[in-house]
Amino acid sequence: MKIKQFFSGKAATSFSASLLSILAGLVFGLILLFCINAEDALYGFSRLITAGFSSTGKFAKVLYQAAPLIMTGLSVGFAFKTGLFNIGASGQYTVGAFAALLFALQFKAPWYVCMLVAMVAGALWGAIPGFCKAFFNVNEVITAIMFNWIGLFVVNLSVSNLPNMLSFTYGGSVKNMTAALEVANPDAIIPKLGLDKLLDSSYMNISIFIAIAVAVIMWILLSKTTFGYELKACGYNKHASIYAGISAKKNIILSMVIAGALAGIGGGIYFLSGTAQYSIEKVLLDMGFNGISVALLALSNPIGTIFSAIFISYIQVGGEAMQPEFQTHIIDIIIAVIIYLSAFSLLMRNVITRIGKRKKAQPETAAEPVTQTQEENALPSDNTENESEVNK
Amino acid sequence: MSAYEIEMLNITKEFPGIKANDNITLQLKHGEIHALLGENGAGKSTLMSVLFGLYQPDGGQILKNGKVVKINNPNDANDLNIGMVHQHFKLVEVFSVLDNIILGVEPNKLGFLRKKEARQRVMELSEKYKLMVDPDAMVEDISVGMQQRVEILKMLYRDNEILIFDEPTAVLTPQEIDELMTIMKNFAKEGKSILFITHKLNEIMAVADRCTVLRKGKCIGTVEIKDTTKEELSRMMVGRNVNFKVDKAETVPGEVVFKAENVTVASKRHKNNAVKDVSFEVRAGEIVCLAGIEGNGQTEFVHAITGLEKISAGKVTLCGHDITNATIRQRSQFGMSHIPEDRHKHGLVLDYALEENLVLQRYWQPEFQKNGFIRHNEVREYAEKLIDQYDIRSGQGAVTVARSMSGGNQQKAIVAREIDKNPELLVAVQPTRGLDVGAIEYIHKQLVAQRDEGKAVLLVSLELDEVMNVSDTILVMYEGEIVGRFKAGEVTVEELGLYMAGAKRDNRRCDNED
Repeated sequence: MKIKQFFSGKAATSFSASLLSILAGLVFGLILLFCINAEDALYGFSRLITAGFSSTGKFAKVLYQAAPLIMTGLSVGFAFKTGLFNIGASGQYTVGAFAALLFALQFKAPWYVCMLVAMVAGALWGAIPGFCKAFFNVNEVITAIMFNWIGLFVVNLSVSNLPNMLSFTYGGSVKNMTAALEVANPDAIIPKLGLDKLLDSSYMNISIFIAIAVAVIMWILLSKTTFGYELKACGYNKHASIYAGISAKKNIILSMVIAGALAGIGGGIYFLSGTAQYSIEKVLLDMGFNGISVALLALSNPIGTIFSAIFISYIQVGGEAMQPEFQTHIIDIIIAVIIYLSAFSLLMRNVITRIGKRKKAQPETAAEPVTQTQEENALPSDNTENESEVNK
Repeated sequence: MSAYEIEMLNITKEFPGIKANDNITLQLKHGEIHALLGENGAGKSTLMSVLFGLYQPDGGQILKNGKVVKINNPNDANDLNIGMVHQHFKLVEVFSVLDNIILGVEPNKLGFLRKKEARQRVMELSEKYKLMVDPDAMVEDISVGMQQRVEILKMLYRDNEILIFDEPTAVLTPQEIDELMTIMKNFAKEGKSILFITHKLNEIMAVADRCTVLRKGKCIGTVEIKDTTKEELSRMMVGRNVNFKVDKAETVPGEVVFKAENVTVASKRHKNNAVKDVSFEVRAGEIVCLAGIEGNGQTEFVHAITGLEKISAGKVTLCGHDITNATIRQRSQFGMSHIPEDRHKHGLVLDYALEENLVLQRYWQPEFQKNGFIRHNEVREYAEKLIDQYDIRSGQGAVTVARSMSGGNQQKAIVAREIDKNPELLVAVQPTRGLDVGAIEYIHKQLVAQRDEGKAVLLVSLELDEVMNVSDTILVMYEGEIVGRFKAGEVTVEELGLYMAGAKRDNRRCDNED
């Protein structure tokens, strides 16, 4: 019964909206491929779509990249739910990654300690914009963007001045990269529990399950607890929550702390896999920004985030498989277009709602009369309802 | 030519879970003032949205001068010379009056504005209808009444022949209402047709020629005003007899529940204090009413005692607890309930379901949570109990999103929530603003019931009728000070009006506690 309601209600609209956006993105990507290289377009496109499933190794890579994406997606989505835009996920992710690697390489700590430290570091990095927002009403977007860069350069500076962290020290050939965990501290690698053998890929470890577990926890937190109730109330209507005796300041900070912690775990997950090394570059890490797309595509729903992150990871793996017919830059553009159009879920949802209304095929999915105009202008955070509560 | 300017025939419009308009017919004659009367949620706004092209009707048709027209969007409506003054004005605050009036139909030559002609036209119109609007004033600087006239001028400037006023008097002072009535009558004399949406019966009796009454989406009938009475109209609107007088027995006030001593609150808008040295007390079993014209410090005072704003000087006591610096939740625990002035801003989380809103103050109590997890079943049960007990109507019951509920039912939800907390002191700020007579009667009954149960009630109201009818003690606030203090029945409406306007003040009464 519950499942039936689930699919006839708001969730179905959201889900089909996300699917439609993905479809639009793919079609646009295909057109772009034709423009660039008509001859190989269809081949390239089929690689893009099928590569992720073409071998167990590729699929392992999809899951491997999806895990940190789920985390940054959750980070952004969680902040959205509570009325904040966490554009700082990239910085929190970077700082989390650094903290994890610092404990792994410098202090030779086991992986779970490194993960915990990554979480704390991300939380701290998220707390700062939250604090500025709560006490000085500084827009969290501005602070978070600045802290992305501050985070990046602090990490770069620290890594290059801590020889114990560099691969050079362990006999590596590259200078500006952290050491491979395999060599420096195998204890810090996230356990694989035989999954690597199952899928025959060194990329595979339990991180995807960690990420899914966290997503489920976030879903429970948001929809079942008083804390989630307070956070969402603050996000939807700060004034009303103050009136109800909820401390808006506390909730803003806590929300950013949690968002930061999630992104931090993401950093830990990726760099403790044993297959990734942090390289010192003056570019913000994509993972945090892709988290925004993931969250938008999932309409901030924590469970939806799992699927949208896997999709985006899948497309990225597919993109890599398009070489050498297509250059990596072109692939990047196509993936960007798909991700960009994917993020149109909200728009699509309104379109679907309106079509549904006109045809009256599914009257219960149509927006309420009064909400119509507001919904069109609303921020993502205003627009995401929790199906579990509505359909219970 | 048809006898009617606009006819809406058998209009039907359905929304999920509700038939907002069910076969409604409304015919507007040339040069008449036609009132559209109905409770909140009766379908008035939907009907007007259909006329304005914001919604497409599921059935029925619209005729202009006897010809069928199709109105797909507000531009079509404008082309048919239909203009509307919305309840919430659609003005650009940082533009001048003139700029606002010409917005969208700017006179230009080769893309360059030609404001001179526009100004002349606006001045002519303003003089002709005695609107007395200064075209160069900034909209943000002028009074609400003046802003409304700018909206009216906007319609005139566009040569609109059919003027719709959506609850135009809700925001006006008594004097401004009188002036508006005169202006409307002048329009009708000129041959313009006016649709007047309201639920204030006095105003309908004063200006309207005919009145169409809606109830729960259905058309109850159209009557000639000269053949009807206020009681008749309200019976049509509510479906039963409405008691305009509030029944209440004499009671003897008990102990002091709430005490304000020399409360001073700084203003956010100007350097002076918004509330100056206000002292009074509210006893158990007593309704104290803080009367006054909007903007005389009542809002700030209420915010200060309920904890939404800081008090700069003075002391507030509730049931013996000093709550001057208490948090909002502490105040709530000491027994304060607050029906806020702005139900959308403070009263409700509009995107939450009704049941979630009903526990907004109490979700953290053991009744509704266990170890930090919300007990959804208990919340649902409690919500259904309140919905039943307080007759809160909505499309989907407890899970209805608050935003989709009608204003009256939103207010009922807040009243239910606040009264069910079983408070010692109920602070009700304009609890009946924008509500229809049925809902007003209901809320007044609830306030009196609270009093009779021995609770203290502090009512803040701008409506003189409400002040006179409900309160036991009346305090008049003017420019942040209490300028008059009366027992109910020892003051007339006219006298109260003088105090509210600052023309009279009674120092003796203000200095002595009674």
